[in-house]
Amino acid sequence: MNLQAPLAKARGLGSAKSGTHHFWNQRLTAIALVPLSLWIMVSIVKMTAMDYQTVSAWMASPLNAVLVLIFILAMYYHALLGVQVVIEDYIHTEWQKIACIILVKFLIILTGLTSAMAVLKVFLGL
Amino acid sequence: MAEFTLPKNSKIQPGKTYSMAAGAKNKKTFRIYRWDPDSGENPRMDQYEIDLDKCGPMVLDALIYIKNDIDTTLTFRRSCREGICGSCAMNIDGTNTLACTKYISDTKNDLPVYPLPHMEVKKDLVPDLTHFYAQYASIKPWIETQSAPPPDRERLQSKEDREKLDGLYECILCACCSTSCPSYWWNSDRYLGPAILLQAYRWIADSRDETTGERLDNLEDPFRLYRCHTIMNCTNTCPKGLNPAKAIAEIKKLMVTRSI
Repeated sequence: MNLQAPLAKARGLGSAKSGTHHFWNQRLTAIALVPLSLWIMVSIVKMTAMDYQTVSAWMASPLNAVLVLIFILAMYYHALLGVQVVIEDYIHTEWQKIACIILVKFLIILTGLTSAMAVLKVFLGL
Repeated sequence: MAEFTLPKNSKIQPGKTYSMAAGAKNKKTFRIYRWDPDSGENPRMDQYEIDLDKCGPMVLDALIYIKNDIDTTLTFRRSCREGICGSCAMNIDGTNTLACTKYISDTKNDLPVYPLPHMEVKKDLVPDLTHFYAQYASIKPWIETQSAPPPDRERLQSKEDREKLDGLYECILCACCSTSCPSYWWNSDRYLGPAILLQAYRWIADSRDETTGERLDNLEDPFRLYRCHTIMNCTNTCPKGLNPAKAIAEIKKLMVTRSI
């Protein structure tokens, strides 16, 4: 039996005093991804007609490499923020929620950094 | 996980049928959710076929007619019958609205009437709003000031500042918007929901209040505020034509403004 007052339940653990950073960064990455996604799609379609040397030369340009890196980091960060919200929305068992968030964070850092490293490898011609 | 089906003891069964409109020119069937906590039975949908010439034009008129003349056990809240008290909020024809301001003629036949969605039901069309009201209390819905009031008159507010409360002060806390919001369905233990956030903004926007910062602090939370994903059901369903989604967006704007 729970004899806690309704107001105590509604107040719960109080405000976390956070969330704005998450909200704002999700919007910023979304804005950045609009032109970046279009650009990367057009670039990849063009690449289908190129051989490896031409693509490496394209990626060796600092501007192209940096734009691809920004695209990768913004996309993975945006995905992390979004998936975290989905998990918080729908998973209500506390340990499952925390486990899922940890798993997603680790996975996204792993795949994101691997993608970024692949770009660097081509850029540096290693 | 979120619940997408009703628990076994909440599954709705077919109910009784009351045909009270033999020979009537203006017939209409109401399908009404019934649940009695004392019976131990599952909820059921009772059908009331009534003669619309015997009652007024609103859904609430029909409900009162059914309770007075057909089935006195039908339980629902009502008070002002003119859209100002918010008591008769329920899900009518698939939309949360006030029974007293909803025309029967604007609905299809076989009109379904349910209690507000995803709230615990006390009986029939009466939901338990205890937590909703506690959440309202938690945002301190009263003016808070540090400076002393003028000794000879009330605290003044310019016409322009007063206008900023239009579209906010009209909220009657009927809970139609909050109970239409999927985020509120899944996370109402921590998410405040559109009605309470609109009320919170009503005090944030009040030029006479001196605790805007504390009010924003109190809302700045991944669950209390940021469960709003601009689904907009709140604005669609508000029987008073208000825009809770916009009020929430204004709160988010202030959060960003004060942090960058």
